[in-house]
Formats: sequence, C-alpha cells, structure tokens
Amino acid sequence: MGEQDIRNFSINFGPQHPAAHGVLRLVLELDGEIVERVDPHIGLLHRGTEKLLEHKTYLQGTPYFDRLDYVAPMNQEHAFCLAIERLTGVEVPRRAQLIRVLYCEIGRILSHLLNVTTQAMDVGALTPPLWGFEEREKLMVFYERASGSRLHANYFRPGGVHSDLPPELIDDIEAWCDPFMKVVGDLDDLVMKNRIFKQRNVDIAVVDIKDAYAWGFSGVMVRGSGVAWDLRKSQPYECYEEMDFDIPVGKNGDNYDRQMIRMEEMRQSIHIMKQCIAKLRAPDGQGPVKTTDGKIAPPRRAEMKRSMEALIHHFKLYTEGFRVPAGEIYAAVEAPKGEFGVYLVADGTNMPYRCKIRAPGFAHLQAMEFLCRGHMLADVAAILGSIDIVFGEVDR
Amino acid sequence: MDTALHDEAAALAGLGEHILAGLPGKALEAQVANGELTILAEAASIRETIAFLRDDPECAFICFIDICGVDYPAREKRFDVVYHLLSLSTNRRVRVKVATDEHTPVPSIIELFPAANWFEREAYDLYGVVFTDHPDLRRLLTDYGFEGHPLRKDFPLTGFVEVRYDDALGRVVYEPVKLTQEYRSFDFLSPWEGTEYVLPGDEKAKG
Repeated sequence: MGEQDIRNFSINFGPQHPAAHGVLRLVLELDGEIVERVDPHIGLLHRGTEKLLEHKTYLQGTPYFDRLDYVAPMNQEHAFCLAIERLTGVEVPRRAQLIRVLYCEIGRILSHLLNVTTQAMDVGALTPPLWGFEEREKLMVFYERASGSRLHANYFRPGGVHSDLPPELIDDIEAWCDPFMKVVGDLDDLVMKNRIFKQRNVDIAVVDIKDAYAWGFSGVMVRGSGVAWDLRKSQPYECYEEMDFDIPVGKNGDNYDRQMIRMEEMRQSIHIMKQCIAKLRAPDGQGPVKTTDGKIAPPRRAEMKRSMEALIHHFKLYTEGFRVPAGEIYAAVEAPKGEFGVYLVADGTNMPYRCKIRAPGFAHLQAMEFLCRGHMLADVAAILGSIDIVFGEVDR
Repeated sequence: MDTALHDEAAALAGLGEHILAGLPGKALEAQVANGELTILAEAASIRETIAFLRDDPECAFICFIDICGVDYPAREKRFDVVYHLLSLSTNRRVRVKVATDEHTPVPSIIELFPAANWFEREAYDLYGVVFTDHPDLRRLLTDYGFEGHPLRKDFPLTGFVEVRYDDALGRVVYEPVKLTQEYRSFDFLSPWEGTEYVLPGDEKAKG
C-alpha cells in the first residue's frame, strides 16, 4: 500500500457536553487518539460582571460575586468584602470573623464534594455525584438558614456578615460534622481506592512545580505538585491564624494527587469548623456580627424603627451606599479552587472605579493545552475535571 | 501590631528602592500604599522589568497572578496595564503599572510567563490594548464577531446590539438595543453637601 495522505483530525468538544462542566467549547486537534492541540473557547457564559460592578454601589455589588463560582458562593463574596474593608479600614468583629471562617469552610466542602464526585463521573462512574449531592444539600440548608438562600447567599457584607446565627443552627452544623467524616471515609473507600478511578487518574497531567508558578496556578494545583502554599496559612486573613489545621500536599502532581488533596482538605475543613463552633460558643465569641460603624453597616431593624439617626443611616446606605476612599487594593482569599483575588480601584465615590476579578479557574483552564498535549482524547475529560473548572468564574 | 505594619511598609519601601536601582530608566517610581508595593514602569521596557522582578534573588516574584487593564479616558495615555506578581519565598506581592493608549502597543510578557497569554487576550478584548509579539491575540470573552471594547468607560453598560432567536429565519439575529426604559444611572455624588444645582432665586443671593 502506498503512502496515505495522513492529516490530523479536528473535533469540537462542547459547548454542550456533560463533561465540560458548563459551557466550554474545546477545539481539539487529534493525531489518531493523541491530542496535539487544544484551543479552549470561553466566554459563552460571559455576563460582564466587571462592567456591571462599575455601575453598582458596593453593597449592590456583593451578590454578583455569588454568581461567579456558584459552587462555593460565600468564598467569593469574602474577597470583595476584604478588599472594601482594607480600603475603608473597617474592623470586623470577632464573632463575624468566626462565622465567615465557618461558612468559608462549608463552601470549601461544597466545592470539593462536587469536584471529587463528578471527577468519578468523568471517568465513568455514575452514582458518586448522587452521594455528594446528598451532603451538599444538607450544607445548602445551612446556607439557607443563615442567609435565606440556598445558593446566592449575599451573606458576607462589608464590615461583617448580614445577620447572626441562631444557636440551633450552630448545634445542627456541629451534629452534621461527625457523620460527614464517615461519608468522606466511604468516598475514600468507594471512589479513591477504586481500580478504574486510579487507572484513569494516576500519572495523568503531571504538573512540575516550576510550570505551576509560570502558569499562574494556585490552590490545589500548586499543592498537588508538592508545595505547601495556602493563603490561609501564609497570608492569613480573618482569624485563620488561630485555627489549627494541616495543609495536605501531593507527591507526583498528577490528577490523582489533586483529588487526594481535596479529600484531605474536606477533613481539615471539618476540623476548622469544629474549632469555629467551639469559639462561637465561648464568651469571647459573643458580640456584634457586623461593624458598629453606622457609615458602613446598616443598623438593626428594631433600632431603625426607633432612632432617627439609625433611620437616616439606613436610608443613606440603601440608596446612596457608602463611599470608599480613593486608592487601590488587591485582596485574595484561598477559595476552594485556588487564589481568588479582587483588584479594586476606588475613586472615592460609592461605586468601584474598576474591579478586576482574578479567578483561579481562568489561569488553570488556559493551561489545558499544556496539560493535555500528548494525552489521549479520553484523558481530556479527566484533566478538565481535576483542574476544577466552574464557568461562572472563568467567564465572569 | 502597628509597629509590625510599619516595619512591613518600610521593608516594602526598601524593596521598591532596590527595584528602582536595578532598573534605571525602566522603573520610574515606587509607591507603598495600603501595605502594597506599586511600581510605575515604562511600557516599552515592561519585559525587562518583569524579567528583573522574576529573576532578581531579592525580588523572586516567580508566581504569576494577574494582568488587567484600567481605563482613564481623561488622561492622554488612557489605559493602565496592571501586572500582579507573587513571591513565595519572601511572601510578598508586587504590582507593576504601565500607561499606554489605543495605538501604542505594549510588549507581551508571554515568553516570561506563559500564563500571560489569556490575560493579555482579555485586556485586548475588553480594552483594546494591543500587545506585540503575542502569538494569538484574538478576542477571548466576547461573542464571535463582536465589535468594540466593552470595559472602556465610553462603552455603554447596555451595549449596542441585542440577540434573539428568529423563528422565521431559523437563526439568531442581532438587532440594535431597544430599551423600554432608559438605564437610570443615579448621581449620588453630592445629594446634600456642596450641590451645584442652580435653584430658582439663587441669582438674587449674588446680586
């Protein structure tokens, strides 16, 4: 047989594909089954969040952050609130800090639980996501009981959190912790130790630590490659300094290590949550849950009905909003997916002049070509799952 | 706590001096504000500046964080391109700002940090800042065939076109935006302090 005219094969992966974790269009160029080139087309969920933020007051801006990484909404709000608080110099009361940490860790579990179990789905198992969603549903009820909303909480506000937690809710969260450890153990046995799960993930998409820095990776993507870098430890915000927890790191930097880290981080999150609950019940954990500065945080409703000053504050804050002094700040938090940063430029008015959202998934997704080249077509879905993409934050 | 903050600010100022000394004519000014170091740099030599920040042992800003644009339409060079880098060994962040306009391109730093690829594409897409030597400067976030740069301050929030599915044509059609109500942008800048509204009878006060 003479020489054939061999050419590469191009396929479209998405925009509607169950393993694309949202609306992602990947243009893949294949040589047989080997991936030669990956060109992700994003922006199909672009809603212009940054433009909208420039036209809303700071208080109206926080709900937009829920809609970025909608798997762990409060962690995003946190970064925006931190940026505002650093520019205005507002002190967050201790109880509010504890509540924030508690709910950030719930957010981390929400995100990791979804990611680990859907990773199992990406490599062929169907039921694990259902076990994950069962626990996620319980956590969303905690969201709802604190903020009134299962998903788009708008609970963290500049200067604290919107309202206090009832003691029964704290009890219920505590009661949830230990049974959940058993669920994590079951997931470990059923998913992480599964032969097929290992075959599909071990030694796939190995990331060297130097590459990780150059590609702007953060969070689990860096820890998977063996560096114990976690903003909660290295640049602590709120009261993470006094929390006792470990940072799990990987050895090989492959898909499997990243999922193992997420499993361990869930256990560490439970550990942090228990400490928060104990501190919330301690005498020094009582007190206000938002700053008492009436120029930033609105008054309590009962107060607003009786005090003229409180009424004026309430009216001014919900129409005009507060002003943030001119300046710029970069505030970052350790979101479940990596470093979520907000670069805020304020011009002294009641709206941000510029608010750039630095989403971890954006940096991770652009490395798809670097991660996938030379792998098989079937590995693309596994790699996409392991870098933990949510399109709300990638497209913004 | 306050002395610790003060020490950190002094250390950042020292690091700023070091960077200015290492990049004569390229880094113009170092500012420390809100506990953060900002370097104002020359756009044409941004690649050398970033390379210095990455490779100098005292800086060691090896981790790429972010590139974004900011628009100041009143300025002659209306855009700022803002780079954020992180050093893991010294646990510090740095911000580098360069000024440019619609026509002056900025050298791409994609050779130094491959991660700059999408961030520069995004700045090009949303602001129209052009980067030289970028291998693939296409639009990123906006629609295929989109016109304009939506994050510029002179681009309206509502945009210019809207899309809908047309049953008769059997495809999505683009039409000029039709709003039943104008977008209301309230001016809250000074409702009751220092108003500049001219009220009837004001002229008598002067006379």
